[in-house]
Amino acid sequence: MQEALNLDATFSALADPTRRAILARLATGEATVMELARPFEMTQPAISQHLKVLEDAGLIIRRVEGTRRPRRLAKDGIEAMDQWLAMLRKALEANYDRLDDVLSAMENREKGKPQ
Amino acid sequence: MSKMTLQTEGDTHILVTRRFAAPPQAVYLAHTDPNLIQKWLLGPEGWTMPVCLNEAIPGGKFRYEWKNAKGEGFYVTGEYLELDPYRRIVHVERMHLPDPTPDNHVETRFDADGAGTLMIMRMTLPDAQTRAAMLATGMEHGMEASYVRLEEMI
Repeated sequence: MQEALNLDATFSALADPTRRAILARLATGEATVMELARPFEMTQPAISQHLKVLEDAGLIIRRVEGTRRPRRLAKDGIEAMDQWLAMLRKALEANYDRLDDVLSAMENREKGKPQ
Repeated sequence: MSKMTLQTEGDTHILVTRRFAAPPQAVYLAHTDPNLIQKWLLGPEGWTMPVCLNEAIPGGKFRYEWKNAKGEGFYVTGEYLELDPYRRIVHVERMHLPDPTPDNHVETRFDADGAGTLMIMRMTLPDAQTRAAMLATGMEHGMEASYVRLEEMI
């Protein structure tokens, strides 16, 4: 049950373009709320709300450093890379399986032509 | 049967190979004729390509737009740099998410392999930031694949 909730939370977290942009920014390294708020023309409380959603979904982690609370991605770069490559592989395999069908249809049409 | 290989080459490239039963001429046409492209270049299950503009000449532009049943979508634009008919295509492309990702440089070769074709595609690996954006988009756009990956994550 807990897993189902987590999965739902993860997709909800990714459904928002600002939260995706925050993740993209954090992929380059950790950042504070103020640093994250700057490019979005949003207030810090609004950004904090997005960060809470991302934290609850387990996508980002908060570190305590004096008065600062820098955030970073929960997954390390290598894992994210593997995940991206796995996604690319799956998309390409689906594409080329369909291309096999397209090619065989082209061949059949060619054969059907009068000589 | 796994006919495709995908491997990273150094820090900046991805090499994909795939064998097809059809000769290079047919595989090349399927990569350059918009009516054929629309039938297979669709990514994960559940997506269609309602817009496929493609001018397969050196310097020519292309634009592919994908949509799913929920009306979500994204698009790719690109330009052809070199076209060596039936043998080789070199192009650049970028995804719009909606902000454009850095250009991806892609070389695709179609080598005769018996009665069929060995396709070798060499593409540029996106930087970490672009990958994260594509991953986030891909998760929305490829729910099925993502569920499998996420189940492993949590």
